[in-house]
Amino acid sequence: MDLYEYQGKELFRRHGIPVSDGRLATTPDEARSAAQELGGQVVVKAQVLTGGRGKAGGVKLADGPDEADARAREILGLDIRGHVVRKLWIERASDIAKEYYLSVTFDRGAKKPLLMLTKEGGVEIEQVAAESPDALARLHVDPLAGFHPFAARRLIYAAGIDDPDEQRQILPIVTRLYECFTGSDAMLCEINPLIVTPEGEVRALDAKVTVDDNALFEHPDIAEMQDLDAVPPEERAAREKGVTYVKLDGEVGILGNGAGLVMSTLDVVALAGGRPANFCDLGGGGQAQGVVDALEVITADPQVRSILFNIFGGITRGDEVARGILQALGQMSISHPIVVRLDGTNAEEGRRILAEAAPANLHVEPTMLEAARRAVELAA
Amino acid sequence: MAIVVDNDTRLVVQGLTGREGRFHGLRNRGHGTQVVAGVTPGKGGQDVEGVPVFDTVADAVAEMGANTTMVFVPARFATDAIYEAVDAGIGTVICIAEGLPAHEMLGVYNYIRTLGITMLGPNCPGALSPGKANVGIIPAEIFREGGVGLVSRSGTLTYQIGHELTQLGLGNSTIVGIGGDPVVGSSFVDVLRRFEGDDETELVVMVGEIGGDEEEKAARFIEAEMTKPVLAYIAGFTAPPGKTMGHAGAIISGSSGTAQGKKEALEACGVQVGTTPTEVAQLVAERMGARSR
Repeated sequence: MDLYEYQGKELFRRHGIPVSDGRLATTPDEARSAAQELGGQVVVKAQVLTGGRGKAGGVKLADGPDEADARAREILGLDIRGHVVRKLWIERASDIAKEYYLSVTFDRGAKKPLLMLTKEGGVEIEQVAAESPDALARLHVDPLAGFHPFAARRLIYAAGIDDPDEQRQILPIVTRLYECFTGSDAMLCEINPLIVTPEGEVRALDAKVTVDDNALFEHPDIAEMQDLDAVPPEERAAREKGVTYVKLDGEVGILGNGAGLVMSTLDVVALAGGRPANFCDLGGGGQAQGVVDALEVITADPQVRSILFNIFGGITRGDEVARGILQALGQMSISHPIVVRLDGTNAEEGRRILAEAAPANLHVEPTMLEAARRAVELAA
Repeated sequence: MAIVVDNDTRLVVQGLTGREGRFHGLRNRGHGTQVVAGVTPGKGGQDVEGVPVFDTVADAVAEMGANTTMVFVPARFATDAIYEAVDAGIGTVICIAEGLPAHEMLGVYNYIRTLGITMLGPNCPGALSPGKANVGIIPAEIFREGGVGLVSRSGTLTYQIGHELTQLGLGNSTIVGIGGDPVVGSSFVDVLRRFEGDDETELVVMVGEIGGDEEEKAARFIEAEMTKPVLAYIAGFTAPPGKTMGHAGAIISGSSGTAQGKKEALEACGVQVGTTPTEVAQLVAERMGARSR
């Protein structure tokens, strides 16, 4: 789960990382009163779960309440890489002398948290890593030994931050960011930029935090930060039904059992010259209710022209799956052509059941590739 | 010989008295696995169709000589269950449970590595050595004994490829599901190394998917250290970046972890990558045919 900047900063604030004072606004009026309360110059920042908002015109300075109102009108409703701006973070403007970068990431390759610090902040970290890798200090933390302040010291020296006053301020920020990372079960805690003001004060000017979905049950305060309005409507409906679904951009609706098999099915549809409309995993079985829920989600997408079922019968046998599919189709009316490919335990029996009882819009194919070709033809 | 599970496996099922644990534990026994004990705190002294249940894994080890555990408890108790098993002296941990917090698994992983524990999962289908032992949820009836080692991050995709092999008259030494989470107990390299040392395995099929860099590491390992042929399949060429595709670990982050990148890394190390599960099975048949001639 990705957090908005303002939510990430709230976590930072709770962990004692210095951030600028700010207010959330969803209307120009709220932006105006936020600027009023904060006083002086403010920054109006679009809250979207994507990068590149500065270039897209989603971050603007405002001198006082009137301008904050005007800037809010410009930014609210803006489409930034497919994300419509509905929230603004109004923050006291900062003078910037230097821009650094600091992060803790979950390094799944090394199986350890990774600390990164560089004086070349304010740009994408991938760019720094590619163009000036020597400027990027990297240090893994052994999760069994845990974090100790030496790690922050090594990181600061390695990054070449030699101003004692900056060192003194950044040391606890590294420690606290690591605490925020482990304490929130985060996959990423990133401060970019970590600024130094002309007066020498160090502060987090942005916040990018991603929290492990599997750990949200341990963090109800973070779980409730989730903005369901930002989830595409199809995916929201799927989530409510407990269906694992990802919307894609094609015409062939796809469902199958098991994440790997479904990913493979999407690939085979593409090989057959079609475009998958979605990823949808039924999980273990092919029980009627699961099939009904999945079909409802898939057919809600107006782009879908045909549907491909790819089921491998394991412990749930092919004949049971076939009956589940028929039962599901009996409970709803679907006009889309449906191609079923059933393999595995008792698959022949399952295919026979389908062939005998199936409605006219249901086609049974013996292999993945043939089924994909058929579904692609039917979507044309 | 086979790897991970075999005739010497003495299995304790943590969560045997639960619905899923009972169903699969008894299925595993039906396929010849020595299921010697169950563990459910507070239910010590009971039994599940003749399998004695203990309060602790330590008791199951002391009384029944359990050496392998299958973790079938809800995600929020799974980490505790794994540490308990390791503390009791269990050498092989197979965690079917899914939904474990990644940070918890980071701790488990770094801990068990220092102790030399073998672990599969979390979020895995387990391991099956046809004719010897089945620990987990793999449908044993679709596989037969043979010389193909199979290692995969995905369940049903593995069944699909195994089934196609069976239909071509080929069988498996061991089928190993390592799990679909970002951090799992065993990597492709760990399992490939064991297949390389296994007498019964002639050839290995590796089934990867988007996310992480374990396939890339495996490619380098295969080139440098394996004498047995390895064939690969990668799922997720059409997956968009930034979206979790069912498995928590199946996510392209920025430009890293793509199927194309993995395919290229494998091919650069001389590993052939099939474009569909069917083609992989056919490639295996060709290689195995060539070897037996």
